[in-house]
Amino acid sequence: MNQDNKSYFLPGPSFWPLISSISLFLLAGGFTMMLNKIAMGKPIFIAGVISLTYLLFGWFKEVVGESVSKFYNKQVDKSFRWGMGFFIFSEVMFFFGFFGALFYARNVSLPWIADAQMLWPSFTAAWPSAGPAWPAGEASKAIELLDPWHLPAINTLILLTSGATLTWAHWGLMKDKRKQLIMGLALTIALGVTFLFLQVHEYSEATFTMAGSGIYGSTFYMLTGFHGLHVTMGTIMLAIILFRVMKGHFNSHDHFGFEAVAWYWHFVDVVWLFLFIFVYWL
Amino acid sequence: MSTTSAAHHDDHGHDSHGHPTGIMRWVKSTNHKDIGTMYLWFSFTMFMFAGAMAMGIRAELFQPGLQFVKPETFNQLTTLHGLIMIFGAIMPAFVGFANWQVPLMIGAPDMAFPRLNNMSFWLLIPAAILLVASIFVPGGAVAGGWTMYPPLSIQAGMSMDMSIFALHILGVSSIVGSINIITTIFNMRAPGMTLMKMPMFVWTWLITAYLLIAAMPVLAGALTMLITDRHFGTTFFNAAGGGDPVLFQHVFWFFGHPEVYIMILPAFGILSTIIPTFARKPLFGYASMVYATAAIAVLSFVVWAHHMFTTGMPVAGQLFFMYSTMLISVPTGVKVFNWLATMWRGSMTFETPMLFSIAVVFLFTIGGLTGLVCAVLPVDIQLQDTYYVVAHFHYVLFSGAAMSIMGGVYYWLPKWTGHMYDETLGKWHFWTTTIAFNVTFFPMHFTGLAGMPRRIPDYSQQFAEFNMISSIGAFALGISQLLFLYVVIKCIRGGAKATNQVWEGAQGLEWTVASPAPFHTFETPPQVK
Repeated sequence: MNQDNKSYFLPGPSFWPLISSISLFLLAGGFTMMLNKIAMGKPIFIAGVISLTYLLFGWFKEVVGESVSKFYNKQVDKSFRWGMGFFIFSEVMFFFGFFGALFYARNVSLPWIADAQMLWPSFTAAWPSAGPAWPAGEASKAIELLDPWHLPAINTLILLTSGATLTWAHWGLMKDKRKQLIMGLALTIALGVTFLFLQVHEYSEATFTMAGSGIYGSTFYMLTGFHGLHVTMGTIMLAIILFRVMKGHFNSHDHFGFEAVAWYWHFVDVVWLFLFIFVYWL
Repeated sequence: MSTTSAAHHDDHGHDSHGHPTGIMRWVKSTNHKDIGTMYLWFSFTMFMFAGAMAMGIRAELFQPGLQFVKPETFNQLTTLHGLIMIFGAIMPAFVGFANWQVPLMIGAPDMAFPRLNNMSFWLLIPAAILLVASIFVPGGAVAGGWTMYPPLSIQAGMSMDMSIFALHILGVSSIVGSINIITTIFNMRAPGMTLMKMPMFVWTWLITAYLLIAAMPVLAGALTMLITDRHFGTTFFNAAGGGDPVLFQHVFWFFGHPEVYIMILPAFGILSTIIPTFARKPLFGYASMVYATAAIAVLSFVVWAHHMFTTGMPVAGQLFFMYSTMLISVPTGVKVFNWLATMWRGSMTFETPMLFSIAVVFLFTIGGLTGLVCAVLPVDIQLQDTYYVVAHFHYVLFSGAAMSIMGGVYYWLPKWTGHMYDETLGKWHFWTTTIAFNVTFFPMHFTGLAGMPRRIPDYSQQFAEFNMISSIGAFALGISQLLFLYVVIKCIRGGAKATNQVWEGAQGLEWTVASPAPFHTFETPPQVK
């Protein structure tokens, strides 16, 4: 057991917090300028991206270094578990807001607009809808739905399988079968990349867009877009875990880094199930 | 451990002599006390900055007609005053208290994630810069009110983008900070300190941190929809595209009402700490205090639409939100009566922290009662967006939250600095603040009931006297805070030596360590019986 350290690990002074603050300042400032067509925005934003990448690599490298040097005792491990759990809870609430917007648009705002006969007399509430007059001033056009039992169903299958392969990898880790662990992780990553590829393909095939298709396009791309972003993050995290596994990190009783990413991956899976039901299917 | 990792270990902490000095002590800090101090100073700076804006508002409202500022500048002042006071002054002050006190109160060596702790602080700086700099961009700062309702916020200029990203960054800071606080409380308590033996302040922060983690991401969602509506052609808040501006209000207040309790629950924790000390009795009804705090937290998620009674909602919805809102007065009443029962037949003394606490119990109750008035649907339709509402939320936010913070600062300042503060000046600060506060905000009940709308730089003649009284009170209130600054600096620089116990009736682990608290405390956890 890694109980070399009796007392709770307290890190020494660190520059990373200041770098994180500078990174976010550059990102926010640069992006604001880009949105407002100020030429300086792009280089500032790119500097922010570089600084954020440096930060993530540097900080995590330091933490991984501390972990493999056995500075962390059981209590620190428990802190990481609490921390990751609450981080995922905050992510759940982030998606909750967007699902709430979808529910509200379908059940409250569209019927409400249809009731207000004075503004748009011919508008009737039905889902999917681009609203009564969007793009600005034009009569609303019909939205062609994606068939949920085509690509979305395949994607559901892919993500569910990826959850299974990840658990298989975890079993390999628990039983010290490194080959099974590496295979499982590699499969999971491959399935994640396939999912993303199919999502991009679906976006390119869809006849509706984020900007021109009113509330349907807004909710569809906001929800699936943020989910896709999370799958991307999860895939990158899995790749880093695979890299660490190949370097010989983790063993059957000490692998919280692996578990944290697995939790995150399962969370992303669950969000997809809700997306499949409420965005694609119903 | 190999020798390399042992050498690595040395420059990695546990070494109380090895921490950097000068500015790097603060920039690279991983010490909960230093980070708490930075939070408190940041909060005070923002308090003075947003307070100066309030002075501008009251100067303009001193007389009817337009004197000092243009109407759009006035709107910018009210908006930034609200945003900065809430996100820059009140919230960071409570996080500062949590940083200083939670590890000391539960016998932990530090916070669970010391580096993330410092990150939560340093993220405040870019957010503050974005908010303050937005004053100087074309079109000026955001002027649509701190709630940023569309369609105004969709049409606003670049400053809206800056404010949105500032709030995103503040949200990250709050979430990271809250995860840290919850983890610290769950995982770092000294052996023997069960949950129901925790000091009340720790309990209130535990529940506040839950609220923050549940509410801040929802705000992030609302702000993200705002950004995409502004720049990427979505129509979440545009009826022409099938959206609804009222949707923003729902999402915003789903965050906003828990936010209100985020700003008052830690204040309740401070009161529950100070009052037993100076009444020299244990807190009355500890368990019921815990349950009441939890009940307030749960209810805070089902009352949000009472902020929107006039913006359109089915009657059934209005009634639900009216009753659920009134229900909150039950656990809040439990708290107020418990404080009174704690003082009942206590052997009370009235040092500055106690004076602030008693004033808060009294004045917060006034704010709570006017809140109940506003909860009554037919009444609220009259009161919506009048000065009555301004009076109500300043009674809960200034004489509730801000004055608790001041009381807490006086209470723990001897532990932080090792010196007693100047009691005479402290009492002067208390009385000037309390009197000036009431002179400022009590008349607003009357102007509000008489129909004066908020966020308007001009008003009709019949409100002139009350507004002049309010403005005089506000200037006095502003000046009294300079006295606060003086008392604190004087206490840092010197004064009577504080004992470890500081207050005769003080209970808890933080009073067992030296005053000032050493850089590292409880490296070996104490045993709690």
